[in-house]
Amino acid sequence: MAIAAESIGGTPNPNKSFGTILEVRDVVVKFGGIVALDRVSFDVPEGLIVGMIGPNGAGKTTLFNCLSRLYEVDEGDILFDGQSILRNQKHQISQLGIGRTFQNLALFASMSVLDNILVGAHSGSRSDFFSDAVRLPWVLRENRLSHARARDLISTLDLEEVAHIPVAALPFGTQKRVELARALVSRPRLLLLDEPASGLNHKEVDLFASLIRTIRDQNNLSILLVEHHMGLVMKVSDRVVALDFGRKIAEGTPAEVQANDSVIEAYLGTVN
Amino acid sequence: MAVDTIEEKLATRHAQSQLEAKLAFYKRIGLIGLIIFAVALPFLVSDFRTFQFTRVLYISIAVLGLNILSGYNGQFSLGHGAFIALGAYVAAIMMDRWGVPYYLTIIPAGLIGFIFGFLIGLPARRLEGLYLALATFGLALATPQILKKFEIITMGVQGIVVDKPEVPFGLPISQDQWLYFFTLMILLVLFWAARNLLRARTGRAFVAIRDHHMAAESMGVNAGFYKPLAFAIGGAYAGVAGALATITIQFVAPDSFGVFLSITLLVGSVIGGIASIGGAIFGGIAIVFIPNVAEEISKAAPWAIYGVILILFMYAMPSGIMGFINMLWRGYVKRLLTRT
Ligand SMILES: Nc1ncnc2c1ncn2[C@@H]1O[C@H](COP(=O)(O)OP(=O)(O)OP(=O)(O)O)[C@@H](O)[C@H]1O
Ligand SMILES: [Mg+2]
Repeated sequence: MAIAAESIGGTPNPNKSFGTILEVRDVVVKFGGIVALDRVSFDVPEGLIVGMIGPNGAGKTTLFNCLSRLYEVDEGDILFDGQSILRNQKHQISQLGIGRTFQNLALFASMSVLDNILVGAHSGSRSDFFSDAVRLPWVLRENRLSHARARDLISTLDLEEVAHIPVAALPFGTQKRVELARALVSRPRLLLLDEPASGLNHKEVDLFASLIRTIRDQNNLSILLVEHHMGLVMKVSDRVVALDFGRKIAEGTPAEVQANDSVIEAYLGTVN
Repeated sequence: MAVDTIEEKLATRHAQSQLEAKLAFYKRIGLIGLIIFAVALPFLVSDFRTFQFTRVLYISIAVLGLNILSGYNGQFSLGHGAFIALGAYVAAIMMDRWGVPYYLTIIPAGLIGFIFGFLIGLPARRLEGLYLALATFGLALATPQILKKFEIITMGVQGIVVDKPEVPFGLPISQDQWLYFFTLMILLVLFWAARNLLRARTGRAFVAIRDHHMAAESMGVNAGFYKPLAFAIGGAYAGVAGALATITIQFVAPDSFGVFLSITLLVGSVIGGIASIGGAIFGGIAIVFIPNVAEEISKAAPWAIYGVILILFMYAMPSGIMGFINMLWRGYVKRLLTRT
């Protein structure tokens, strides 16, 4: 099924029956002299987990930031569900159905775990300041739904004990779970995870691997997963894309990418 | 990690929710006690003191507006007095020129404060931290002179005098007591609305922008809208406070809306606890009474005393009076938790 979703020759494929949720087309991003992304193209087929690997500075986070519209792309296009997202503003992305977590944590430090997750529900709710201020019944109903959904995720991600504690006071690994819950509460169709397993120990990484798969299956998600932890990527991904110096150097099944000469070279190159 | 059985987990959760219910009950009792005290207050003190407490009330409303803008949304304003001026003049002109009864000036003053706040908030989006504080400081600087300049509308330096409201329904209270209750009613409504707002989607969006601008946007919060909205709400609260000031003092003139007023509001906001609702009341009390206290301590150098009081306050309670109270409360809750 992974093969069926593969695109042909980098041309945008309007045929939705291929079930491609995300198409990255020849994306170029430059920072002054540095070319952070150099004509990168790949797809995320619907319902699959695509792993993205590459040494430090390869451009993985830059690509995520383009998908979130935090960075402008200099060339190329990004299609979500067949539609270019480049005309959208950054606050419209989560409403489209793209959720994300951040490599270096971007939580709301003073807010409790519950409130952080509820901010994640912002894009999925409608209430305005006036209805909030006078507690109109429909706002209360909407608020109850958001709370129920947040509570669900709090128990799925084992955050009950800390639900009312300000996130700044929590350990790194717990904060990462809060970010995951915050991204999931809006029911995204595509989830972008930027190094979700960094800072976890071996046992936690194993638990995390099964958690990702469960979340994917339960929520009917597609996931783009950036991770340095090679064991995790190879275990959970259906497909893997490898970047180096802003270029895509390999793409395929985990086994194929692992055996790819350029990938081995890129990683051996950074070891020394 | 301890492996609890489901029964154990349920038992601790039950104890926890019982504790939470108990704490919520205490808070409610405390709040009701405070409201009863506020209602009884004008019967316990002189008319002059009642007048001073009325000032505390409407200044608290303005401070609450500033808390929403600066404390919750993180946009520091040194020009909040301009919105008070706006509301004060809206009320004065409506009453003096058009003979509108005083109680019908409150909502227009709030609405105009809201619109003006939103308009100021639009360009303010491009300014962060100190730069925004400086720009709004410019607003405070300009206000008295703008008021003097538009003499045809504002009557310039001589100001506008309005009538003192009569006590309605033949109530057996003084005019000062009536003004106090009128202001108290509006304060209760506005504090209730602020509490609702800040606990709901809008309030979470404000704080999210303050805590992490980029993450807030990625969660779908349109900062380009919510930041001017915070200005608008702050402006509306200050506008209402301004109208109440006109009604209470029965006089407006340009020089009462200078730089000092705006700085005083920020001082009150910080002393009370900038990211709190209840702190706004302490801010109002501080703004009205600290100068009095300072004057009583030293007639010769009241400002030196004022300065010393501020320094002591910030030293003893770096997160404001409300922050201090919250700290005591958390300590109490912790003791309860360890006992069970
Ligand atoms: N905002 C920015 N301004 C200037 N240069 C940037 C910016 N963001 C990224 N870069 C540069 O772009 C390149 C790619 O960085 P990026 O953060 O995308 O790498 P990465 O693959 O996520 O690396 P890591 O594994 O360390 O997270 C780097 O050379 C980096 O210095
Ligand atoms: Mg990165």
